[in-house]
Amino acid sequence: MTELRWFPVWLRNFKVWKKLAGPSILGNLADPLLYMLGLGYGLGGLLQQVEGVPYLNFLAAGMLCYSVMNSATFETLYSAFSRMHVQKTWEAILNTPLGLTDVLLGELAWATSKALLSGAAILLVIWALGLHASFAMSLALIPVVLLTGFCFAGLGLAINAISPNYDFFLYYFTLAITPMVLLGGVFYPPSALPDWLATAAAWLPLTHAIDLARPLVLGRWPDMPVGHGVVLVAYGMAGFGASLVLTRRRLLR
Amino acid sequence: MTAPLRIHQLTKRYGGNAVVDGLDLKLAPGRCHGLLGPNGAGKTTTLRLALGLIGADTGEIRLLGHPMPDEGSQARRRVGVVPQADSLDPDFTVRENLLTYGRYFGLKRAQMAARIPDLLAFAGLEGKADSPIATLSGGMKRRLTLARALINDPELIFLDEPTTGLDPQARHLIRQGLRRLIAQGKTLLLTTHFMDEAERLCDVISVLDRGRIIAQGSPRELIAAHIEPHVVEVFGEGLGEWRDCASRFCRRCEQAGETLFCYTDAPQAVVTDLDTKGGTGLRYLHRPANLEDVFLKLTGRDLRD
Repeated sequence: MTELRWFPVWLRNFKVWKKLAGPSILGNLADPLLYMLGLGYGLGGLLQQVEGVPYLNFLAAGMLCYSVMNSATFETLYSAFSRMHVQKTWEAILNTPLGLTDVLLGELAWATSKALLSGAAILLVIWALGLHASFAMSLALIPVVLLTGFCFAGLGLAINAISPNYDFFLYYFTLAITPMVLLGGVFYPPSALPDWLATAAAWLPLTHAIDLARPLVLGRWPDMPVGHGVVLVAYGMAGFGASLVLTRRRLLR
Repeated sequence: MTAPLRIHQLTKRYGGNAVVDGLDLKLAPGRCHGLLGPNGAGKTTTLRLALGLIGADTGEIRLLGHPMPDEGSQARRRVGVVPQADSLDPDFTVRENLLTYGRYFGLKRAQMAARIPDLLAFAGLEGKADSPIATLSGGMKRRLTLARALINDPELIFLDEPTTGLDPQARHLIRQGLRRLIAQGKTLLLTTHFMDEAERLCDVISVLDRGRIIAQGSPRELIAAHIEPHVVEVFGEGLGEWRDCASRFCRRCEQAGETLFCYTDAPQAVVTDLDTKGGTGLRYLHRPANLEDVFLKLTGRDLRD
C-alpha cells in the first residue's frame, strides 16, 4: 500500500483534468497536428525525400517526441506551479499523512500520464495517415513515449521548484526547450548540422527520444536502444531527484 | 490520558535568527488552547514544527505520542489542520473538495459518503454540496476548510487564524462550530489575533513573543496575574493637563496616541475626578480589564511588521 501513497495526488489531478478534458485534448492534438500537416505537406512538397522517405513520414517521429516533451513540460511548469504556489494545493496535502515525496511522485506520474495521452493522440494520427512502416514496430513507440514523458516531467519539476513566478519558465523554454526543438532532430536529421553542433545536440534528451522514435516509425529497430533509454531515464531521475531536494528547501524549511 | 501535543525546549533558527527559541508547550486533552502573539512571534512556525512539516534545530516534539518529525505521517492521520491561507481546490465542488481531501488520508469512498452530510451540516453548507468553490462567500470557504479538516475525525485540530478576514457574522458561525468541537471532546490549538475570541473560546492561553512562551494560564488567570482589574480610557481636550493628576489615582498609566489608558484597582476615584471635570471636553470609557490589555502589556504596543 505504501508505494501507492502518491496515487490520491495523481487522482486529484486526473479528476480536475476530466472536467476540462475537451479543450485539453484539442490543445494536445491541434497544435502538433497543424505543425505536422502544415510542415509535412507544405515543406514536404518542396523536398523530394528526407533520409529516403517522404518528409511527412520523417517528421512524424519528431512531432511525436516534441508533443510529448511539451505536454510533460507544460504540466510540470505552469500547472504544477499553479497547484504549488497559487492554489496552495500542495500545502493542503502536506497537512495530511502524505509527504512531499508522495506529492512529487503523484505529479511526476500525472505529467507522464498526460504526456502519454499527447503521444497517443499523435500516434493515432500516424496510424490514420499511414505514416508508419510497420504497425507492430510502431507499438514500440508507446514505451518510448513513456520514457520521454518521464524524462521531461522530472526535468520540469526541478525547474518548477526553483521558479519564483511564471515568467521564470521563459528561461527554460528559451535556453532548453527551443534549442532542443531546433537542434534535436525534430524537423531535419542532425547529420545536416556542422559536427560541433551535432555533437552538442547529442547531449540533449530530446535527441535521444527522437533517435528511438524515428527508426520505429520508419520500420527499423533503433541503434543502441538501451543507451538512448538510459539517457532519458538518467535525465528524468536527475531532474526528479533535484526536484525532491529543491522543493523541500522551498516549502519545508 | 497523555498530552496530545508535548513540546520541550524547541528551537528553530533561520539564518542565525531564532524564530522559536526554547519553547515549551503541553496541551491537555479535550481543551481549547490559544496561541497568541504579535506577527512574527513564531506561532505558525510552531504549528509547522508540531505537524512535523519542518525539522527543529533542537528540542523534542511528541504529537499524539509520536516523535516528530520522524513519525509525522502516522501522527497527522489523527490530526486536522485549518491553515491560514485558503487552499481549497477551486476546480472542485464542495463535496469533491471533501472527497479529494479524504483520499489523502486513505479513507474509502463509502466511509466518506457516510460522513460528508454531517460535515456539511456542521459547516452550515447543506444544499451547497454541488456548488463550485467560486460561488462561496469568504465565510463559507472558511467553514468548508474547517469541515475539510474534520474529514478524518481528528482528535486534535490545529487552527491557524481561522477567523482572520471574516465579517463578525461569519466569525460567530466559526466560533459556534469550534465550541461544538470542544463539547465533543476534541483538543484544539488555535492561533488568533482576536483577543475576545481567545478569551471566549480558550481554556488555556499561551502568549508567545520572540519565539518563547512569556505567559500562560486561563484568560481569567492571565488577567488577574498581569493586570489591574479596571481600565479607564481617557481622551479628548485637556488630556495633557489631566495626565499629571492621573498618577494620583492609578497605579499604571499608558498613553497610546490620543488616549490615556489608566489601569487601577479603584476606578471610582478616577471616574469621580473625571466627572467633576465634566464639560471640559475630557471624555472617558470605564471597562473591566480584558485579555487585550494583558497582551499589550506583555508584548508592547509597537508594531511588529
